[in-house]
Amino acid sequence: MAFIELSNISKVYGTTTVVEKVNLEAEKGEFISFLGPSGCGKTTTLRMVAGFEQPNTGSITLDGADITYLPPRQRNIGMVFQSYALFPNMTVGQNIGFGLQTRKLPKEEIKQKVDEMLAMVHLESHIDKYPYQLSGGQQQRIALARALAINPAVLLLDEPLSALDAKIRVELRLEIRRIQQTMGITTIYVTHDQEEAMLLSDRVVVMSQGHVEQIGPPSRIYNYPATEFVAQFVGQLNLLPVSAVDMASATCTVAGHTIRFETSVARELSESPRLAIRPEELQIGFPAAGEEANTLSGEIASVLFLGAIVRLRVLVNGVLITADIFNERNITFPRAGDEIVLNFSKHACWLI
Amino acid sequence: MKRTSFWSWFWVAIGSLYFFLPLLSTFDFSLRAKKGVLTFIAYENVFKDPQFWSTIRFSLVIALFTVIFSILLVVPTVYWIRLRLPQLRMLVEFISMLSYVIPAIVLVFGLIRVFSGAPFHLTNSYFGTYVLLVAAYVVLTLPFVFRAIDTGMSAIDVRALTEAAQSLGAGRGTILFRVIFPNLRVAILSSVFLTLATVIGEYTMASFIVGIKAFGPYMSLIGQNKTYESSSITIISFTMTWALMMVIQVFNRDKTKRSSLSGVR
Ligand SMILES: Nc1ncnc2c1ncn2[C@@H]1O[C@H](COP(=O)(O)OP(=O)(O)OP(=O)(O)O)[C@@H](O)[C@H]1O
Ligand SMILES: [Mg+2]
Repeated sequence: MAFIELSNISKVYGTTTVVEKVNLEAEKGEFISFLGPSGCGKTTTLRMVAGFEQPNTGSITLDGADITYLPPRQRNIGMVFQSYALFPNMTVGQNIGFGLQTRKLPKEEIKQKVDEMLAMVHLESHIDKYPYQLSGGQQQRIALARALAINPAVLLLDEPLSALDAKIRVELRLEIRRIQQTMGITTIYVTHDQEEAMLLSDRVVVMSQGHVEQIGPPSRIYNYPATEFVAQFVGQLNLLPVSAVDMASATCTVAGHTIRFETSVARELSESPRLAIRPEELQIGFPAAGEEANTLSGEIASVLFLGAIVRLRVLVNGVLITADIFNERNITFPRAGDEIVLNFSKHACWLI
Repeated sequence: MKRTSFWSWFWVAIGSLYFFLPLLSTFDFSLRAKKGVLTFIAYENVFKDPQFWSTIRFSLVIALFTVIFSILLVVPTVYWIRLRLPQLRMLVEFISMLSYVIPAIVLVFGLIRVFSGAPFHLTNSYFGTYVLLVAAYVVLTLPFVFRAIDTGMSAIDVRALTEAAQSLGAGRGTILFRVIFPNLRVAILSSVFLTLATVIGEYTMASFIVGIKAFGPYMSLIGQNKTYESSSITIISFTMTWALMMVIQVFNRDKTKRSSLSGVR
């Protein structure tokens, strides 16, 4: 039995179902992310695990015990909020010690634990400051320390970094991962930032409109999206109209070119199938030969310099295709109007 | 530019005269108890009167209980409305305003009628009347106590703080007394001082429920019977109210200083 299990949980507000039959099993020590667009029910699902909301149907178990209707304060779950939610009237030390005080631990033990937590987030010298005297990043570290001080069974974080600026965000997410790894704590992390989800998680749960689209390790989600939604939501994707499909030979016609595609992941095709390929899979150059090679030739419509990558828009017989190439210091930029050939392997593309 | 500043100063001056002139003349008058000289004898007389001290002590004690009960009533109510019943907010705000709309004289007659009969019989004992007076003042001060607490509560993220505390294992009592109350310090202090200022000078309810024991009726009695002392007592009560207002200002300033620092950096 998994450490945390959400079985078929649904949540209805009024007449709208905001979470629908969500199933999830997380092992002890696993880092799980909920990823999805705004309003898809990530927070609501997390709040049901925390106990702030109760599901209309389904159940939640933690380490074998049913906690579906247990009040939050009896769950031993640590929670970190987007708004930090530090107690403004308490010092950093008192904030971190709060959960230990409610557990009526002896003073000495509390002090020791507070020091230990502060050392973990590298803010030892701030113990007597008030939250308003700290920066946003520091406040969120304290909030993390406070949530972890009670040795929770599970750590829940709801977009903990979205109120911070980009640099601190990058810094702090590594910090979160490090702390999670050292403590080996089971973690559920809500975010709408896919980079964050991929970088942090052992497994990502992609959600849309209240239901789970796919659960899997980041690379699996990215390379083998289970649904069209996941394919489009995670990363960049070209979706090219297909005029004819021959399943027997696994070929199709795209913008006048015959393209071989991969059929290893068999899936039902939609009414008007499209060829999916990620921009970074397209190579520019001369036509490649071989069993598995595909070629599209067209004309460059625009060139966008994004730093590490250069994004080309290529017009192939009236179909616009995005191709990403790596930047190099001595790069000679292709120019709009240039004739260009795009190569890709048959393993790079699939039909949806 | 010049013209606007002239006219704005002009209106400020007119406003100040309108406000200060009567006060100054009252003060001046209070100093003229003896013919031809300025003297503080009217103030001395007031301070020497044991009834001045006993009534003011009585009113302070009543004010203290009013404060305690109204805070204990309003803070949990507002907290609960913000947390769970936001749809009731309009209704409760409306109810809290009723004592503005109903004249005190009507209110006090209603209270006496209801609570002097069975099963309360509150007017049969002194203690009963004190209880009735405190209760009446809680209602009377409800409009601004409610608003002050509500504003204070809107400045903190009640929901997130509550949930953070819950997840850390705190129960309702701990949350209210260790998290909510301390963060409403400024709002509570403002309502304490406003309540004090109102209750100490209140006349209508006090005179009907407890009579001359309270400071309001005492002031009015002096006003009717003693010419110069009535002016001096007006100045005294004005000064007290002002002192309270100033204390509120000091606390409010403290709050703005803190909140300007607490912006996300
Ligand atoms: N208390 C509530 N009453 C009614 N509807 C609600 C309530 N809480 C959330 N919802 C609705 O449920 C849906 C899911 O909300 P939720 O907060 O879980 O989304 P989310 O995935 O966390 O989005 P975001 O990324 O914007 O935080 C939304 O459409 C929201 O309007
Ligand atoms: Mg959310």
